[in-house]
Amino acid sequence: MADVNERDDQGRKQARASPWLLLAPGVVFLFLFFFFPLFTLFQMSLSYRPSRFEDPVFGWEWSNYSEAFSQYGEQFSRSFVYAGLATLAALAIAYPLAYVIAFRGGRYKNVLLGLVVVPFFTNFLIRTLAWKTIVGDQGWVVDTLRWIGILGENESLLRRPIAVVGGLTYNFLPFMVLPIYVALEKIDPRLVDAARDLYSNTWRAFRKIVFPLSLPGVFAGSLLVFIPAAGDFVNAYYLGSAKTTMIGNVVQNQFLVQVDYPVAAALSFVFMAIVMMIVVVYSKILGTEDIA
Amino acid sequence: MTALAPTTAPRREAMTGTVTSPSGRVGKALVNVMAVLALGYLFLPIFVIVLFSFNEPKGKFNAVWQQFTLENWLHPFSDTALTDALILSIEIAVLASLVATVLGTFLAIALVRYRFRGGSGVNFFLVLPLTTPEIVLGASLLTLFLEPHLVLANQQFTLGFTTILLAHIMFCVSYVAMTVKARIRGFDWTLEDAAMDLGASPSRTFFKVTLPLIMPGILAAFLLSFALSVDDFIITYFVSGPSTTTFPVRIFGQSRTATPPQINVLATMILVVSVSVMFVATWFGQRRQRRMGIS
Repeated sequence: MADVNERDDQGRKQARASPWLLLAPGVVFLFLFFFFPLFTLFQMSLSYRPSRFEDPVFGWEWSNYSEAFSQYGEQFSRSFVYAGLATLAALAIAYPLAYVIAFRGGRYKNVLLGLVVVPFFTNFLIRTLAWKTIVGDQGWVVDTLRWIGILGENESLLRRPIAVVGGLTYNFLPFMVLPIYVALEKIDPRLVDAARDLYSNTWRAFRKIVFPLSLPGVFAGSLLVFIPAAGDFVNAYYLGSAKTTMIGNVVQNQFLVQVDYPVAAALSFVFMAIVMMIVVVYSKILGTEDIA
Repeated sequence: MTALAPTTAPRREAMTGTVTSPSGRVGKALVNVMAVLALGYLFLPIFVIVLFSFNEPKGKFNAVWQQFTLENWLHPFSDTALTDALILSIEIAVLASLVATVLGTFLAIALVRYRFRGGSGVNFFLVLPLTTPEIVLGASLLTLFLEPHLVLANQQFTLGFTTILLAHIMFCVSYVAMTVKARIRGFDWTLEDAAMDLGASPSRTFFKVTLPLIMPGILAAFLLSFALSVDDFIITYFVSGPSTTTFPVRIFGQSRTATPPQINVLATMILVVSVSVMFVATWFGQRRQRRMGIS
């Protein structure tokens, strides 16, 4: 990176202008279709509808926010609880898998990594529909659970919170495996050898060396699971019931079915703000700024 | 960092554990079993999807196993609306990925190649779309397209092909930039200086030296954004409008009234094609590395 300093004057001038020339198209595009839309969404969240059939008009209508909170507080908290549970479950399932691929994969490492990605190649909706078949009332999972008596004769898995959390866990699991794998892969195996030489057992070496060094991966993976899971409405739609409605379902319904834009915009905005807050707090706690 | 600090640790630890203790071996086996179970969990629905492409459903929903048939595979495109939706999805994915790959690669080169004031700011700006929930991205784009804006030359958008395309480019750009950035971080930029010292013009240097060397990263980014675009449902659902239907939007709309087995057939085809592409890409990558003498 020191090469910029070694250049002559002309090169230096060029070096100052060219990054911006390269950046301009992408930055302008993102400004127009990422940043500016967020602004229009914010504007919409402060608009009011003169009547049911008229377009919303901007007017500092803060009551949309209080309405969003008072009416949909339950769905808000439910979304974050479900997403949090799904993140923990994904972590518990993904970590051993990433660990085995990184440290015991040998020459099959790439094949195993490929296997983790393969489910991605099937559409998210089709995967969720497949889950619906698997945990459906006529599937073998429910049959088995009924037979061993965990579920009653007429009880189901579908339409329950556990079905929704299970679906969320499944759909975003690869997002957890890959960053943890990358973090584990970077660990110098000599560190573990050193711990062993100092008479540490495997478990202690893992707890004191491997796990702390893999935290950036855990952090990235958790965000990559938590954010989409909290905003998802497909799993709750297919696997849940009216009692498992998440904030995504509300936003989707308000925007595309009820066509009540202002309140829906306020809802999205509050949701985004909460997610951002969680991201910031989380990165402070884990002490890493490297979100990407 | 307590892990490295205590120098008295060896004496304390000498009593408690050795590497090949029985509990260590059991633990190792247990972790392996958990990994295998995790893989099984990942593949269970995929197995169901493939299996049910051979099902002969009673009624409109392909949700309960009835009996084996090859009928669906003999007529994979019989649901024309579904097939048209898939073709549209592929068209959008190709276009969106091309544009996003160009924009994102420029961003990545600028950020890795040059140190400049505002670089970290741009970096942060790039990460934002990745940390914004999809539902918010979809909702915000919908409000953008509702009415004309001065910033967009007062263009009035109708929800459809263009709006989907713009949305897909938007969410792919950041992924491309991140992927290419990660792949070119170790690139030796003095090669460019060498080419120019030997009299190559900047554009010739770029096309003959830089581009071929960073091509694998760009290709990986293109494939990633293609996959993201074809698969996207939530954002697309917001900006697609009533008459333009992509593959996922079609499945969602249809799933209330029917799930024809052709969904499973097409999904299986996509799976097979994707896995093949992945294998070929990996194989080419490895061959290239061998040829260039990089292990």
